[in-house]
Amino acid sequence: MAESIKILTGNFDVPGIEQLDVYRKNGGYAGLEKALKQMSPDEIVEEVKKSGVRGRGGAGFPMGMKWGFLAKPEGVPRYLVCNGDESEPGTFKDHYLMMKSPHLLIEGMIISSFALGANTSFIYVRGELMYVINILEKAIAEAKAAGLLGKNILGTGYDLELVVQPGGGAYICGEETALLESLEGKRGNPRNKPPFPAVKGLYQCPTVVNNVESISTTPWIVLNGGEEYAKVGIGRSTGTKLISASGHVKNPGVYEIELGLPVEEFIYSDQYLGGIRDGHGLKAVVAGGSSVPILPKDLILKTAAGEPRLMSYESLSDGGFASGTMLGSGGFIAMDETTCIVRNTWNFSRFYRHESCGQCSPCREGTGWMEKVLYRIEHGKGNERDIDLLVDVAKKIEGNTICPLGDAAAWPVASAIRHFRDEFEWHVKNPEAATKKGAVYQPELSLA
Amino acid sequence: MTETIALTPERLEKAKEIIARYPEGKQKSALLPILHLAQEQHGWVSPETMDFVADLLSIQPVEVYEVATFYTMFHLEPVGKHVIEYCRTGPCCTMGGEEVYAHLKDKLGIEAGETTQDGLFTVKEVECLAACGWGPCFQIREKYYMHLTNDKVDEIIEELSK
Ligand SMILES: Cc1cc2nc3c(=O)[nH]c(=O)nc-3n(C[C@H](O)[C@H](O)[C@H](O)COP(=O)(O)O)c2cc1C
Ligand code: SF4
Repeated sequence: MAESIKILTGNFDVPGIEQLDVYRKNGGYAGLEKALKQMSPDEIVEEVKKSGVRGRGGAGFPMGMKWGFLAKPEGVPRYLVCNGDESEPGTFKDHYLMMKSPHLLIEGMIISSFALGANTSFIYVRGELMYVINILEKAIAEAKAAGLLGKNILGTGYDLELVVQPGGGAYICGEETALLESLEGKRGNPRNKPPFPAVKGLYQCPTVVNNVESISTTPWIVLNGGEEYAKVGIGRSTGTKLISASGHVKNPGVYEIELGLPVEEFIYSDQYLGGIRDGHGLKAVVAGGSSVPILPKDLILKTAAGEPRLMSYESLSDGGFASGTMLGSGGFIAMDETTCIVRNTWNFSRFYRHESCGQCSPCREGTGWMEKVLYRIEHGKGNERDIDLLVDVAKKIEGNTICPLGDAAAWPVASAIRHFRDEFEWHVKNPEAATKKGAVYQPELSLA
Repeated sequence: MTETIALTPERLEKAKEIIARYPEGKQKSALLPILHLAQEQHGWVSPETMDFVADLLSIQPVEVYEVATFYTMFHLEPVGKHVIEYCRTGPCCTMGGEEVYAHLKDKLGIEAGETTQDGLFTVKEVECLAACGWGPCFQIREKYYMHLTNDKVDEIIEELSK
């Protein structure tokens, strides 16, 4: 495949790109100039709609459509809040983007704020990334000194203050209404919806929440037009996507791929992950962050119908929960055959138990139960009923909670059992063998 | 007592700047950033510090307590000089984390949640730090240490013990 188009990361390797002058010399802030001087806010919204770009935070909701829902009552301020909480296991792309090219996000924030009519906007970044917050604040100070932020930006009469807000260590604050609560100085408890943030968000005012990567597409879209953006990618999966890859691959890291790239090429081509580490074979993949269903090798490379699986919203979800997964946040975790699926599932369930805010009993109690039972199985104390118990608990959480964290906790467990049930059974039937250090279920042994 | 609670004049100045960036009447939004400032100064957040912050923001002390206890970054008890927070979540473990973290704890002779007797190191287990492909990793204050190996851990500990 030819060198693929880079919409976000094209100049990331230019030395000093985090500095304003270097960023500008490499085409930076040209999108902002065009947006503020040649376009109306509605025209920008129109281009974003035409681009078809979908939210990159995980849910994949069309960004232009979300912008169109923003309520605009007279005399009430509106807010744009950028979601840089990035805490979904497997996901580290926003970390990479903000650290490498802070001005890209800042330019996107100014364009987007102008399009939405916001005069104060926030970038909420997980508190652990304080060094990235410092990078952003330095870049904001530079932009302000150059007249790109603050009062009367580029002499156009448009005013914008941009605030970087640190989180305090809580995955749940990535959920947009929990994030808004947190930004108001409260515990990160998700709100009941409706009302949606577009009507009542930050400080009860109309608010748009978008992911770091989503907002960073706007300079390119403004410069090149929404139609050009929509030509990249495949079908309703337009544009490019940052994929953060981890696990047993030769070249872990962050990649900007054109949507529609075959999964097989992504994993095995030297241009991307370079294959699985020496001497080992692929066993399973979690394709879109820890919340999405895990798939065994066969189903991640090809759909159940035998079609090549592509890195796109539609192709990855082909087959639904029975045989598909989701693109999610683009956190791609590859596991080779030395991986114990039970241990990994227990690890993830411990994460969700730890991160549940505790408001809804199915999530609070259910995540606790799942972790306990999985711990038991992994540590040689499980019984056969435990496997069905897990399926049952997962089912009872799903769809019965205020926010989707409940589902996010249930899916990894349900999918691991769906696709690797024999491995769970081996654990409960052979506790001694299964708890030996480094022991991993081998399918051929189970026949004996 | 107050010097262990209040902010230095420079940090107080910074806190006032932070408060001023939110709309009129929304000063409570400054709570998380100011708790970070306080922790940066004292190493942890004591009940007295929380009361001080409540006063600064003209909110009830309980509004600070409930927030400080919700977010895992705030240390509610005194900690060692260097707090090592290692990521225990799936991807880092896949990248070899369990072994490296066991080595770290062995080397320091403590378990997660404990502090060495000389008060130099506290080790804490945390969830995903958004550095999965660069794991295993831990952070010490603002700094991320990535691609950790046993040897690298030795070097870091020796450097910080000097
Ligand atoms: C538990 C949970 C955690 C989430 N974490 C994040 C996150 O870290 N970053 C993010 O952008 N979106 C996250 N989301 C999705 C947000 O709620 C929201 O959909 C997103 O920020 C909207 O931006 P987008 O449309 O540009 O993707 C999370 C959702 C849930 C339920
Ligand atoms: S589903 Fe879980 S995390 Fe979400 S609001 Fe309910 S208890 Fe909190």
